[in-house]
Amino acid sequence: MADKKKIATREAYGNALKEFGSNENIVVLDADLSKSTKTESFKKEYPDRFINMGIAEANMISTAAGLASCGKTVFASSFAMFAAGRAFEQVRNSVCYPNLNVKVCATHAGISVGEDGATHQSLEDLALMRSLPNMTVLSPCDALETKMAIKAAIDNYGPFYVRLGRLAVEEVNDEATYKFELGKGVTLKDGSDVTLVATGLMVGEALKAHELLKEEGIRARVINIHTIKPIDKDILEKAAKETGALVSCEEHTIMGGLGSAVAEVLCETYPAPLVRVGTLDVFGKSGTPKELLEQYKLTAKDIAEAAKKSISLKK
Amino acid sequence: MDNLTLEKIAYKIRKHAIDAVYSASSGHPGGSLSIADILAVLYFDEMNVDAKNPKDENRDRFVLSKGHCAPALYGALCEKGFFPEEDIKTFRNANSYLQGHPDMKGVPGVDMSTGSLGQGICAANGMALAAKLDNKDYRVYSILGDGELEEGQVWEAAMFAPHYGLDNMTIFVDFNGLQIDGDITKVMNPTPIDKKFEAFGWNVLIIDAHNYDEIKNALHTAKNTKGKPTAIIAKSIKGKGVSFMENEAGWHGMAPNEEQYNIAVSELLAKLSELEGR
Repeated sequence: MADKKKIATREAYGNALKEFGSNENIVVLDADLSKSTKTESFKKEYPDRFINMGIAEANMISTAAGLASCGKTVFASSFAMFAAGRAFEQVRNSVCYPNLNVKVCATHAGISVGEDGATHQSLEDLALMRSLPNMTVLSPCDALETKMAIKAAIDNYGPFYVRLGRLAVEEVNDEATYKFELGKGVTLKDGSDVTLVATGLMVGEALKAHELLKEEGIRARVINIHTIKPIDKDILEKAAKETGALVSCEEHTIMGGLGSAVAEVLCETYPAPLVRVGTLDVFGKSGTPKELLEQYKLTAKDIAEAAKKSISLKK
Repeated sequence: MDNLTLEKIAYKIRKHAIDAVYSASSGHPGGSLSIADILAVLYFDEMNVDAKNPKDENRDRFVLSKGHCAPALYGALCEKGFFPEEDIKTFRNANSYLQGHPDMKGVPGVDMSTGSLGQGICAANGMALAAKLDNKDYRVYSILGDGELEEGQVWEAAMFAPHYGLDNMTIFVDFNGLQIDGDITKVMNPTPIDKKFEAFGWNVLIIDAHNYDEIKNALHTAKNTKGKPTAIIAKSIKGKGVSFMENEAGWHGMAPNEEQYNIAVSELLAKLSELEGR
């Protein structure tokens, strides 16, 4: 796997916008970050349908709502911190309440933003966006899945939040065989001792954890949850029944994101021990992405430890 | 449409607004009464809208950025035939579609859901931009409160519209000088409003919000101004038309009791019958 070419999901997002941008209904808004969010790929190809909002995220989201009310499919991009955080209330009241066709595609999510530090590392966006009625929340794990997530956002009416990363990540999925289904989790590895439920760049770490656990004779199932909302209840319930212990893995606070979503499903379907890997009610800080993922315990090793803890909690 | 007919419509809108707020025992009468004349001109003299085809993609758009004045907007919409007049009395009722603030999903004729101040003008800009992108000639209108100008998001929108040359965009600022906590210049002074919009690149006009010729002329000028949006600063009387509500900040968001309601209605009906007799 180490030999594979790494691509950041934000890069794949820019490519997808360019690829699908011939659809004349699409308008792309950005708040002075087009070079970072990669919407510049669309801007170069379709300059008439690219609107720079300047550094004004609140205005961007409400303007997107107005465009969408006139029939446009609107992509609005900024860093996750500002798109989901600063403009939360605009996403709620201007977009989700009237159920308008706005796709908030937020890059630089999670601690892997790295050197910019805590102010730019959104660890809360999934919790915020997941709480909104009408909102679909996607968190793709690699370039291929990102492309498919963007396609799904175009093909399905309504508000979407797509969580994207800055850091280049290895490809998890194979273009020849991978089928993306909105709202359906993907079993990447089978196993019967424990289930690792992961999203975003943590899917790659969960796959590595699977290998680490295998060395110790533990068979870990790995499930990729690209659709955080609506979450795939069936795949989680089945995993709880068949493996009896779970671990959630996300580059996000353990409160309100994937871990919480999994816990909500389990406690209402088939209660089973769940250990949540994520940030533990703390802010991030500056550092290289690798250093930070290690210091905040978001690596394959940490997932493997959590898996053993979850197994030990089986009754 | 002649001014006398417009004034009659404006007083019917005021009556609907008072009926709505009284029926709900809550709502915002003061600002609803101050914008009634502007709404009458917009819906009955200016805008191309059709109650039989409320989603016509070529229609003019209206966004009530000061969404709390929904009682006046609903009054204008029912007068225009978008929904039955008797529904006005279901305003804010749990079984009604007439939400406390405008809801575009539920109320025919409402082009944008508003209520959270500062967001409506941005959405209106988005509609105006959509018209430009599609080479359509519909126009977009919005009414903001003067207190609403204290929201920073308004000025993000104020920067945006001239930057993209949205000359199909016209806003009214309902300049009644009062907000919930009192005199706007004492709470958080947004004046000089005209100079601020001028500095942001707007064509700015100052009018009397209750003078039909001035409203019509301003809209005519706005239509003929190319390359930039128009902001019409409309000096108004909060509570206009109900003597005890006029210029009283206390009537921003309070419903009249039965006695007050009866006085308010008798004043509005007396004015209407005076207008009918002219």
